[in-house]
Amino acid sequence: MVKKIIKVTYIALALAFIYAPIILLTIYSFNLSDSIGIWSKNWGFGLYEQLFSDKSIMQTVLNTVVLALLASVCSTVLGTVGAIGTFYSGRRVKGALNALTQIPVINAEIVTAVSIALVCTMFSFGRTYASLLIGHIVLCFPFVYLSVLPKLKQLDGNLYEAALDLGASPTKALFKVILPEILPGIFSGFMLAITLSLDDYIVTTFTRPPTFDTISTYVFDAYAKGGKGSSVPALRALSTLIFVLMVIVLVIQNVSASRRAKKNENAR
Amino acid sequence: MKALKFSRKNLGIPYAAFIAMFVVLPLLLIVLYAFTVEPRELVTNDVSEFVFSFDNFTAFFGSSANIRAIYISFGLAIITTVICLVVAYPIAYILARSRLKFKNVILMLFILPMWINFVLRTAAMKELLFKIGMYSSNKLSMVNTVIGMVYDYLPFTILPLYTVLIKLDKNMLEASADLGATGFQTFFKVIVPLSAPGIVSAITMVLLPTTTSYVVSDTLGNGNVTIIGKLIEDQFSTMFDWHAGSAIAMILLVLIFITMFITRKFSDEEVNTRGGGLW
Repeated sequence: MVKKIIKVTYIALALAFIYAPIILLTIYSFNLSDSIGIWSKNWGFGLYEQLFSDKSIMQTVLNTVVLALLASVCSTVLGTVGAIGTFYSGRRVKGALNALTQIPVINAEIVTAVSIALVCTMFSFGRTYASLLIGHIVLCFPFVYLSVLPKLKQLDGNLYEAALDLGASPTKALFKVILPEILPGIFSGFMLAITLSLDDYIVTTFTRPPTFDTISTYVFDAYAKGGKGSSVPALRALSTLIFVLMVIVLVIQNVSASRRAKKNENAR
Repeated sequence: MKALKFSRKNLGIPYAAFIAMFVVLPLLLIVLYAFTVEPRELVTNDVSEFVFSFDNFTAFFGSSANIRAIYISFGLAIITTVICLVVAYPIAYILARSRLKFKNVILMLFILPMWINFVLRTAAMKELLFKIGMYSSNKLSMVNTVIGMVYDYLPFTILPLYTVLIKLDKNMLEASADLGATGFQTFFKVIVPLSAPGIVSAITMVLLPTTTSYVVSDTLGNGNVTIIGKLIEDQFSTMFDWHAGSAIAMILLVLIFITMFITRKFSDEEVNTRGGGLW
């Protein structure tokens, strides 16, 4: 009994530590004071109004989402193509490409960031949207590759041969036989790519065009330059909204996953 | 002429080309910049102006501020990693062993922050530290940075530990007890060694970013905490000396490859990828 109380208390304390900052932001997102230290008497949705009427923040949110979608679509295509190509290559090529794919995963983000900044200046297109997009693709594609590869390993090699024997062209066999089988891997790679791109600060700050902001760079600047606390109170509302959105997405994802699991059990 | 026949293998060609252009070439450029200097004031990126030299490295190791930054980086990283492991291990263990109905929900709550923007989370921590008065004290800058880092990386420690602990064969524990081991002995001689892959992957997931990612130390350190990543950023964005910056990046790169080489034999593919099992 005592053991159980200790366990529950420990878990509760750890959760409190993890959620205290987020809860504090949420509470203060309904309070109009300039700084979290001071409790103002002005209550309500003022900060949310400020948030939605602030053009620069709205542009930043749009930038972040568009970049994340573009980067993850590109890295999903690249990672999937790469995984299929590598998987069916000879042993040497396979080994080499496998190892090279790991580099961006194990490398420090800042080294990746400056190296891409260097290569983009070398090709003299400097810091443009292209360099930013490339930076994010390099950050994400290995994770797509790594989530597609296990699916290819599970694939029955005879399926593709059977499709060819039955008269399908190699392209058709690829799209109709291999792709549907590895789709779950592609999807989870895509989701992972979105998460990574949304989360990134360092690669973005080294490769973005000078006036381009994502949520990460905007918030970082607001907090670094604001000295104490944020210089932009409306960001509290933004954080709260992002948090609520993530919770909703995860709940939906989990509920549907457990439903699928139950269905599979019943099918057996 | 025979028409080029499509083969699955050929898909590797564009992939290899991309990797050559944007993964391998960039790293080679870092090495090139690290071992060269430019006689002129401003970096021109004109390769014909580059002069081979070890100056970047001698200058780096010659500065006491840089050496201090190295100590601070590794100190912070080690302290953060140890705290993360010590805090996360019991959480992962309790959750993995419990038969609670809401176990999955609680696990979800622990790893949910992984999906929230890293900079936003760090900013939220800054607001909290400011509110309770810890941020304003210069003496506490280091402590604040550690708190922020533990806060940010705790979910990344819990997940790999949970992944190995849940797979642990319960018969092992019973066997250990049957053979006369105390609970304490079973824990340290059976459970901990068996969860080594999770521990190693948690360490690699925390150690590297805490040494290099300056987001936390910049936001929470009140200007008092400089880590290696920040040194690189300074050279590139403030001093515009890309050669000196590349030299530091190269030193980091060498350290990373050495660490990887050491930890490779422990690696367990399933727990090792960042966010494995996330989606």
